[in-house]
Amino acid sequence: MSENTYFDMNRRSFLKSTAAAGALVLGTYFMGGAPRAMAGVLAKPAENAKRANLFIALRPDGMVEVTCHRSEMGQQIRTAIAQIVADEMEAAWDKVIVIQGKGDPKYGDQNTDGSRSIRFNMQRLREMGASVRYMMQHAAAKRLGVEPSTCVAEQHVVTHTSGKTLAYKDLIDDALTITPPEADKLKLKERKEWRYINTGMAHIDLQDIVTGKATFAADVREPKALVAIIERPPVVGGKVKSFNADKAKAVNGVVDVIEIPAPKGAPQFQPKGGLAIIANNTWAAWQGRKALDVTWDDGANGDYNSANFKEQLLNTVNAPQALVREKGDALSVLEKASDKLVADYYVPHLAQAPMEPPCATAMYYKDRVDVWAATQNPQADMETVGAMVGMDKEKINVHVTMLGGAFGRKSKPDFSAEAAYLSMKTGKPIRVQWTREDDIQHGFYHAVSAQHVEAALDENGKIDAYLHRTAFSPIASTFQEGANAPFSFELDLGFTDNPILTPNMKLERGEAPAKARIGWMRSVSNIFHAFAVQSFINEAAHKAGKDAKDYLLEVIGPDRIIDVTDQKAEYQNYWGDKSVYPLDTGRLRNVIEKVSDMAGWGREMPKGRGLGIAAHRSFLTYVATVVEVEVSDAGDLSVIKSWVAIDAGTVVNTDTVKNQTQGGSVYGITTAISDGITFDKGRVQQSNFHNYRVPRMSDSPLEVEVEVIESDAPPAGVGEPATPVYAPALCNAIFAACGKRIRQLPIGNQLKA
Amino acid sequence: MITFTVNGNKHEFSGDPSTPVLWYLRDELNLTGPKFGCGMAQCGACTVHIDGMAQRSCVLPVSAVQGRKITTIEGLSENGDHPVQKAWVEHKVPQCGFCQCGQIMQAASLLSTNPTPSDEEIVQNMSGNICRCGTYPRIHKAIKSASKSISSNAGVSYFDPTQAGEEA
Repeated sequence: MSENTYFDMNRRSFLKSTAAAGALVLGTYFMGGAPRAMAGVLAKPAENAKRANLFIALRPDGMVEVTCHRSEMGQQIRTAIAQIVADEMEAAWDKVIVIQGKGDPKYGDQNTDGSRSIRFNMQRLREMGASVRYMMQHAAAKRLGVEPSTCVAEQHVVTHTSGKTLAYKDLIDDALTITPPEADKLKLKERKEWRYINTGMAHIDLQDIVTGKATFAADVREPKALVAIIERPPVVGGKVKSFNADKAKAVNGVVDVIEIPAPKGAPQFQPKGGLAIIANNTWAAWQGRKALDVTWDDGANGDYNSANFKEQLLNTVNAPQALVREKGDALSVLEKASDKLVADYYVPHLAQAPMEPPCATAMYYKDRVDVWAATQNPQADMETVGAMVGMDKEKINVHVTMLGGAFGRKSKPDFSAEAAYLSMKTGKPIRVQWTREDDIQHGFYHAVSAQHVEAALDENGKIDAYLHRTAFSPIASTFQEGANAPFSFELDLGFTDNPILTPNMKLERGEAPAKARIGWMRSVSNIFHAFAVQSFINEAAHKAGKDAKDYLLEVIGPDRIIDVTDQKAEYQNYWGDKSVYPLDTGRLRNVIEKVSDMAGWGREMPKGRGLGIAAHRSFLTYVATVVEVEVSDAGDLSVIKSWVAIDAGTVVNTDTVKNQTQGGSVYGITTAISDGITFDKGRVQQSNFHNYRVPRMSDSPLEVEVEVIESDAPPAGVGEPATPVYAPALCNAIFAACGKRIRQLPIGNQLKA
Repeated sequence: MITFTVNGNKHEFSGDPSTPVLWYLRDELNLTGPKFGCGMAQCGACTVHIDGMAQRSCVLPVSAVQGRKITTIEGLSENGDHPVQKAWVEHKVPQCGFCQCGQIMQAASLLSTNPTPSDEEIVQNMSGNICRCGTYPRIHKAIKSASKSISSNAGVSYFDPTQAGEEA
């Protein structure tokens, strides 16, 4: 993998293998050594307006434009960024406007995934806001000829102790002569002075959403745009063999059929190839596609079969594999153990299936391309589109629309590249609309996985030795041909950082060559790792005859900081400095205690009902979930209620955290009830929501009670951490309700047997 | 020639009569409130009202709306202040928002025929509308709220959206 692959820019890590690029990425996250340049907000007015060169602009009419450089996909980042900036700069909330930033490296990293928008930006946004407040305060003091310390900037006005006031908008010219201090000398607000941060204020796009005015990708109206719907090869690496363009063009409204070149080498974010039907409207393109009569050469992946691959993965994890982490001598203890628990777990491929299928509009010009896309990572669109049309990435203007959900799918901008290529070929603006079938069948899938776990238990149920093997197709396989084994950054997610206290632990990982495009989905490999670990602990509790919650606390052990790098393991800790974001079992224990109180853990349950608990740290955030279910005699499952305690450190919007935690929990139900994505002859067997089931209201608890732990710890992730813990909590509840243990997902008919 | 009204305005259509209403609304009228989510009446993102009743516009051919009244989210209320829209704001239901126009149209239709639905009736009526962000618990609560304000009819004090309140 060279440092020019798309992957370098896009996915936090796995660039330890390329040290130079890794440093670049890290530097980018933290804006290199130039925090002050970035905080120099008003120092460089642009053209006519007194416009900031980056994140904040104070307009002559007093309105403050705050740029949101991260993509909005429901996590209310547009609101959160405005809250942070407006709070520190003491802006009046009704004078704040949020501008959506285009793709541009000047903002630093824009890849909105990994639950890190706040974590990586809060400090510098605070510094920028505080710089403006400083400039306002000092500009007013200069104007009035008084000491700055006698002036206070508050809510768009600076007030001198004499009672004289000056509005922010009247201080712009003076402020431009003031240079704010270096970031480390800048006085940020104290926590108790926050007025927007750490509140649950309503999000700024709420009214637009409930009135249908929010602009998602397909809502971008370019009057001359033609619509393209694309028939893609059903097998990754497949190519067009034959097709009937005339028949497609005979459909009223169809103007052209254009072949998209097959990708070269590893898939990366390249379009899959296939045939685009270009039409005057969406319905004509849809009809034209049906008339194509296309046949395919399937290529090397035409033999991919999920049932066979499942067997292969389970065989892999039942044999010794490559070492990831080791403490003591787990194997010899297990060999001699009189009481052992052994279990295999399996989780299928899953599709992110955001409500808005991928969509992009592009207009190709000789010297630039304009793109409007629902993208999580506009800088990846710049690179991918640039490569597709043979233009420097700087010439690709990527406008980010609202995203109708994303969950990882939309950081892979193959759809933008399709639109740009077709615009280049037709000379017209093109809107590429993916159908739901396209989304389900041509995705970048959550990796299928198998887990093998063994433990030796002493007479008190204490874990004397623990062995865990994981196998799943690595995300790296999408970027690099021949990448067959999980990378450390994926193992970090719930595997390497296992918190079980035991004298002997061995963790191994096995190979699983990919036959599909593998991508990340909300919480990534935490999903199957947390499912295995948290199910296994629950099984061990039962075997030991102990209460599930007490036992969970017991195996985690006392409050302490765990550093797995002491145990031959590589561990990157979600790119969080381990001194700032240590793996703290005290915080994990705390959410377990908290959620147990909320749920009334231990209460008497009627027949057929059960409570299940699970806890997991991911994206540096600690989550514990209790699920209450009812399983009828006939094996029908109802999820009654859920409780979640989340410790994400400092939070910006308490209500957003609740909403994300509720939604992340419901998303976790997908893992359990969805049929998963399966392949036969290299083809995805599901096509739409009738056979790729996702949770509906009837599958969801009507109440997900969330407690956001008050904390002044550094901010951690919010969008993802509620998801991985949900499926094990649910399956543990099912066991409590009816005694059936779910080791393989989806649940399917297992409760009916 | 097929004639009908959309949000109170008369329209005529002479194209392919099998065209789904959704694509007519979006591609011809630029009414983008109704969303495309599945194309087979599985998700409800495209929900509009036909003569006041919720229907999935992605599978409804234009030929079926001769002489009928189509209402989209854009025409649900004058100022975005339908009781259901207000309840959605009160409970801060949306996350990404993509499915919410369809959810709101479905809920408004439910409450127009059954102003005081039971918990179970809400679940039954809303389970055709998917929300991948998982806002179902809030949708359910918001419908209960809207039901209260609709059925009590007068003297309701609505939530003020500028207030920095918090969902319980």
